[in-house]
Amino acid sequence: MTTTLLLVQALNGIQFGLILFLIAAGLTLVFGVMDFINLAHGVQYMVGAYLVAAFSAWTGNFALALLLALPTALAFGLLLEVLIFRHLYDRDHLDQVLATFGVIVFLNQAVKFVWGAAPLNVPVPEILSGSVEIANGLLYPVYRLAIIAAGLTVAGLLYVLVSHTRVGMLVRAGATNAQMVSALGVNIQRLFMVVFGFGAMLAGFAGAMVAPILSVEPGMGDNILILAFVVIVIGGVGSIRGAFLAALLIGLVDTVGRTFAPNLLRIFLDPATASQTGRAIAPMLIYIFMAAVLFFRPSGLFPAKR
Amino acid sequence: MAENLLDIRNLKKTYGALVVTDDVSLGVRPGELHAIIGPNGAGKTTLIHQISGMLGSNSGQILFDGQDITRLPMHQRVRLGLARSFQITSVLPGFSALENVAMAVQARSGSSFRFFGNATREDGLNEQALECLSLVGLATRARVPAGLLSHGEKRQLELAIGLATKPKLLLLDEPLAGTGHDDSQRVVETLKRLKGQMTIVLIEHDMDAVFSLADRVSVLVYGRLIATDTPERIRANPEVRAAYLGEEEMV
Amino acid sequence: MTELAQTQPVSVRSPGWRPELVPIVLFAAFAAAPLLAPASGAEGYVLSLLTRVMIFGIAAMSLDLILGYGALVSFGHAAFLGIGAYAVGILASHGIEDALIQVPVALIGSALFALVTGAISLRTKGVYFIMITLAFGQMLFFLATSLAAYGGDDGMTLPSRSLVGGFPLLKSDAAFYWVSLLCLFGSYAFSRSVVASRFGRVLRGAKENPARMEAIGFHPFRYQLAAYVISGMIAGLAGCLMANQAEFVSPAFMTWQRSGELIFMVVLGGLGSLHGAIIGAALFLLLEEFLPEILHGASFMMDDAFRSHLAENWKMVFGPILILIVLFARGGIMGLLRRGRHG
Repeated sequence: MTTTLLLVQALNGIQFGLILFLIAAGLTLVFGVMDFINLAHGVQYMVGAYLVAAFSAWTGNFALALLLALPTALAFGLLLEVLIFRHLYDRDHLDQVLATFGVIVFLNQAVKFVWGAAPLNVPVPEILSGSVEIANGLLYPVYRLAIIAAGLTVAGLLYVLVSHTRVGMLVRAGATNAQMVSALGVNIQRLFMVVFGFGAMLAGFAGAMVAPILSVEPGMGDNILILAFVVIVIGGVGSIRGAFLAALLIGLVDTVGRTFAPNLLRIFLDPATASQTGRAIAPMLIYIFMAAVLFFRPSGLFPAKR
Repeated sequence: MAENLLDIRNLKKTYGALVVTDDVSLGVRPGELHAIIGPNGAGKTTLIHQISGMLGSNSGQILFDGQDITRLPMHQRVRLGLARSFQITSVLPGFSALENVAMAVQARSGSSFRFFGNATREDGLNEQALECLSLVGLATRARVPAGLLSHGEKRQLELAIGLATKPKLLLLDEPLAGTGHDDSQRVVETLKRLKGQMTIVLIEHDMDAVFSLADRVSVLVYGRLIATDTPERIRANPEVRAAYLGEEEMV
Repeated sequence: MTELAQTQPVSVRSPGWRPELVPIVLFAAFAAAPLLAPASGAEGYVLSLLTRVMIFGIAAMSLDLILGYGALVSFGHAAFLGIGAYAVGILASHGIEDALIQVPVALIGSALFALVTGAISLRTKGVYFIMITLAFGQMLFFLATSLAAYGGDDGMTLPSRSLVGGFPLLKSDAAFYWVSLLCLFGSYAFSRSVVASRFGRVLRGAKENPARMEAIGFHPFRYQLAAYVISGMIAGLAGCLMANQAEFVSPAFMTWQRSGELIFMVVLGGLGSLHGAIIGAALFLLLEEFLPEILHGASFMMDDAFRSHLAENWKMVFGPILILIVLFARGGIMGLLRRGRHG
């Protein structure tokens, strides 16, 4: 009974972790390469979800909607880069935080303006609906498995892209030493645009993937942004590998912790107190975890900068 | 070697395979002005960083005034009487010259966990600060924001800040770097006045200044100490001439 | 925007007004407001809005103490508002309604939280510091949402405003206004003193050049941590007032958006002047309050449905205003005033 529950929770945790990774990957690259702290990354996740909701309502086909949403998310990211972010690269972190905070305020309201405040629902695509038996008697939704598969695929592609292509090499070099890259005569402005647009698309992809299982609503990107920050801080800013491992860790700690913290506490406390304290502690677990990591490793587990 | 104020024993610093400070042992006697010279990249500034505590050491020992300070953080070494200046000027640009120095006086006079009373109006601090400024010839510029001082004046201010900590040992990292002739003359004069009042370790490229000021000179080449001796003997030392001075004019 | 602290020539006298007068004018305006408010015809509304301005002024000013004078970008400052508010709420729900107990508990709670989280956060630098303070703020936010006994997500209503020494001193809005003004003035005077003191000088020095401060024998960490604790306590006081004004406490007091707004108030007013933060808080709240009406008025050529839709979605205009301020109004209001004076 508990083992199957643990298995389901572990799968949920991995699925959540991979979504977090898709968001954190863009965030950590944008920060690593451009030394730019982008709070508006979370709303790009929201925009992805809204785009897929709008397109699937229009076309009636999730796959087609996803196909339309991705380039739109990319274009949207580039638009933001050209209009706003480009003017902030040489500002200090404080200005970047504030200006991108303004972007969040605007976009959260803009989606309300266009689509209303009520959550939108995106139907799970036909072929991925239903559940599948993954162990004896244990059913798991196919769509969630699809998210895991998609997340792992993108992670793999990203790994190849970053470690085996010229752009990837520049991105890695940029994360370690941006001045050196520009000294090499690389058009740093274009590299920034590429990284930025790509990061926005990844976040948009994450939003699009979760649209069928979560409600699509204004502000949905805000809390996940904070979690993505926790991920890149734990993983080490600028490190894709760090972001991947930290995202999975956070996904597992959060999901499994919420279920098992009350159970674990029952060993020490009476059931009523245990479930109450457990529920109070569970959402704090990842932050406690982060504080512990930073206490011993102030620049994260896999710092890219030296 | 108990009579040494500063004793460096087999000090080492490496960055990966690169050895920057290679088994350096050096004793500085109380009251002397000890110059460390060496070609560019010899590791002089690294050594100063290690002594002052800005950088850690891989192995070896630093004894100051009989106490092992190898693992102490910089601010605690300062409290023991080990002050330093920076090669790249490092003053507080938004504070006046006087406040820059008064801050250093404040560091050694009573607690700085005082939340009331205007610090800029503490006469006790300002008087001592002004004294230090006079010592380096900057008294007339006391009210000027440090960021607006000329380069030479900033170098003198660095010196005044170092003095204000009332050090037993003053580490000076190229105090003449980037100064014009007049400014450098003024700094040399100041150092001549300070000599004998406290122990000074001086890193400098200007050979005229080094040989006119130093009691003893140590020569650092590629992280290794190849000689420590009086200026005359260093000048005559064939190894030093070969390794460092080469064909340079060594009057 | 962290420009070098501008050293103001002390002896220059220019004709007309001087920036040194700004705090005097500011406090005089707050003191005069209750006397002028009846003339507006909406006395209650004006006073409650101004009380809110003063409370946020305290919070923003406490942030300016570490942000403007210590360059510590704390993105979790709303947590202290939450601690202050929940200290009042939780104690009140257990029948302890006296501010003489609630406020000290709030201050001690804020100090402890600041001490622990500050000690960890200050080990990190730059963007890590921003993110870790943000995360600690979130931690407390989620803790509050899970406190089922104290209202959880929904928060809880206070039985009444706090008593002071057993007397319902804060019951009338007018009295509460004066108490808030007293708190604002008290924390301003204290912060001003801290900034000019020996301690404040070390803090300012560490902001400009931490290596230099270490080289003269200071350990910046200790001073930054102490400043963080002081700042947290002042914000905790603001939280106590906030709970009392609303007679309500909820996790919404400490969302990360609230922390962002606090930073914005400080930057809007101008970093490192203390009263700038109060002015920033005032502008921010007034903008928030009146932007819907301004939009409604400005779109007079449109049809009514669109006008009300626009006024409802005023944040769509508010966001870009924030961005434009960051991009073009460097140095904030106080920066403009200083430039105006020199130019």
